[in-house]
Amino acid sequence: MPAIEVQGLEREFKGGLRAVDGIDLEVAAGEVYGFLGPNGAGKTTTVRMLVTLLRPTGGRALVAGHDVATEPHLVRKRIGVALQEAALDMLMTGRELMELQATLHGIPPREVRDRAADLIGRVGLSRAAERRVGTYSGGMRRRLDLAMALIHAPEVLFLDEPTTGLDPTSRITLWEEVRRLRDEGTTVFLTTQYLEEADQLADRVGIISAGRIVAEGTPAALKAEVGRPHLDLTLSEDADLDRAREVLAGFGDHRPASEGCHFSIAVAGGATEIAPVVRALDEAGFMVASLELVQPTLDDVFVEKTGHHLEGADTAAPPAAPAQEAPVADEALA
Amino acid sequence: MALRAALALARRSLRTTLRRPQFLAPLLIFPSLFLAINTGGLHRSTDLPGFPHVHGFLDFQLSAAMCQSLMLGGVGAGIATALEIEGGFFDRLVASPIPRVSIPLGRIMAGSVIAAVQVVYFLALGLIFGAHIAAGVPGVLLVLVIGIATGTGFAALGVMLALRARSASTVQGIFPLVFVVLFISSAFFPRKLLSHPADWVAAYNPLSYVADGIRDPIISSITASTVLEGLAAATGIAAAGIALSVVALRGRLREA
Repeated sequence: MPAIEVQGLEREFKGGLRAVDGIDLEVAAGEVYGFLGPNGAGKTTTVRMLVTLLRPTGGRALVAGHDVATEPHLVRKRIGVALQEAALDMLMTGRELMELQATLHGIPPREVRDRAADLIGRVGLSRAAERRVGTYSGGMRRRLDLAMALIHAPEVLFLDEPTTGLDPTSRITLWEEVRRLRDEGTTVFLTTQYLEEADQLADRVGIISAGRIVAEGTPAALKAEVGRPHLDLTLSEDADLDRAREVLAGFGDHRPASEGCHFSIAVAGGATEIAPVVRALDEAGFMVASLELVQPTLDDVFVEKTGHHLEGADTAAPPAAPAQEAPVADEALA
Repeated sequence: MALRAALALARRSLRTTLRRPQFLAPLLIFPSLFLAINTGGLHRSTDLPGFPHVHGFLDFQLSAAMCQSLMLGGVGAGIATALEIEGGFFDRLVASPIPRVSIPLGRIMAGSVIAAVQVVYFLALGLIFGAHIAAGVPGVLLVLVIGIATGTGFAALGVMLALRARSASTVQGIFPLVFVVLFISSAFFPRKLLSHPADWVAAYNPLSYVADGIRDPIISSITASTVLEGLAAATGIAAAGIALSVVALRGRLREA
């Protein structure tokens, strides 16, 4: 049985805005599913419907085998949720919040303290457990949020843009925790606007644009769909470009140099074709100034499917949020 | 499960209220200042013909201070709930596998405990400054019961307003209304001495019965009818407040 099964899910708001416009998706148990899309694409609306915070206006969604519309109480028992921008009570300590969460999830009173301490330790916040959350850095808050979502060992974990606004170190720490959860068999539904995050974490990716899923598959399959890797190379400035084209014509498609002596050649064999290309150019007497094997990205997939780039997405590290980062002696993940 | 969750949420509400002195202080400081000013400036009111026989004007005014404090407690509960909605913590609670009614109930139960503290504070303040509790310990208990019921009701009304408005600034906007409701009741002055139409309005204001019900055991031996009317009004406010807050919660969830 799939952990998440969605058919024709729709959400139309007052005024006719259709934020989610009939999406279908299926997430297998134990899978990390990356839900990728720009701001306003419908990611958060979809998650809010799947976690029973928002009522669908059409279609059907089953999470952990229960219908989100007709059995929301059963869904809530089996999922963990970390919503966008960790919604924590800044006046409470990490330990108090964890214990409250444990109580709200029906963990027996005698186990509450131990379970909370275990999870706090797991996300590396033991030394900060007695401090108020208001003094935590952005990364620490996110980790606490994640720990709270895990307090009852949920079957399905929803993470809504878990690393938005985090510095690169905190982001990598969270990624490691998501990988560990996958290794433990937890199904993770992760929304993100970061291409690299989806690429790094997701077993499968669904790309959403304007409320519709425009592409779905493994990152590798999606990238393969839009094209082969290509070699970007630059020859020395005095190179005979016509002769160079003749030499490179033997290596599959090649596009004319767009600017001076730059060539881009599609190479089906990927890295294995680098050596023959360089050898042929060398034998023909060309000097290669630079060479790079460029793989298709999920952004290429997005461009292919929607005609525009993934707005707001960034293949590099998202900008750090210095304002959120208090100078605290944070602990590494246990 | 609902009770366990509500108790856990009430405990949390109390904790965070205590850690937010800027919310807690006005509940005690404003009414204390009003009490001091009224008692100091209007104490000759007791000489007016028809004014009930009292040991001192402070005894009479204690009830008004308590009512004012309890109403401000309701505003505080509403602002705290609205801040939870604005900050997203409310969504976290809604996404938890608890009966959702325990979310407002937790806040309202915390309001009951705060109400008890408010009543005890004003009784202690009164005793320190020379007030007498004419009905003794049973009177104190009655004042406590009526006060807690009233505080529970106002907390529930605050939560209801927050669930409807979803904005702390809107809830804060009802602050002046507290004074309007107080001044059109018999909290500050005996109803018999109010001129028309103030006396007529006060007769229909449930806060008048609460104020009289709290005041009676302080200024005289217990008058069953006055105390029962006060108890009924307080219970009515509590019942209506809780019912309205539950309806507001359902409405909010239905709109989602």
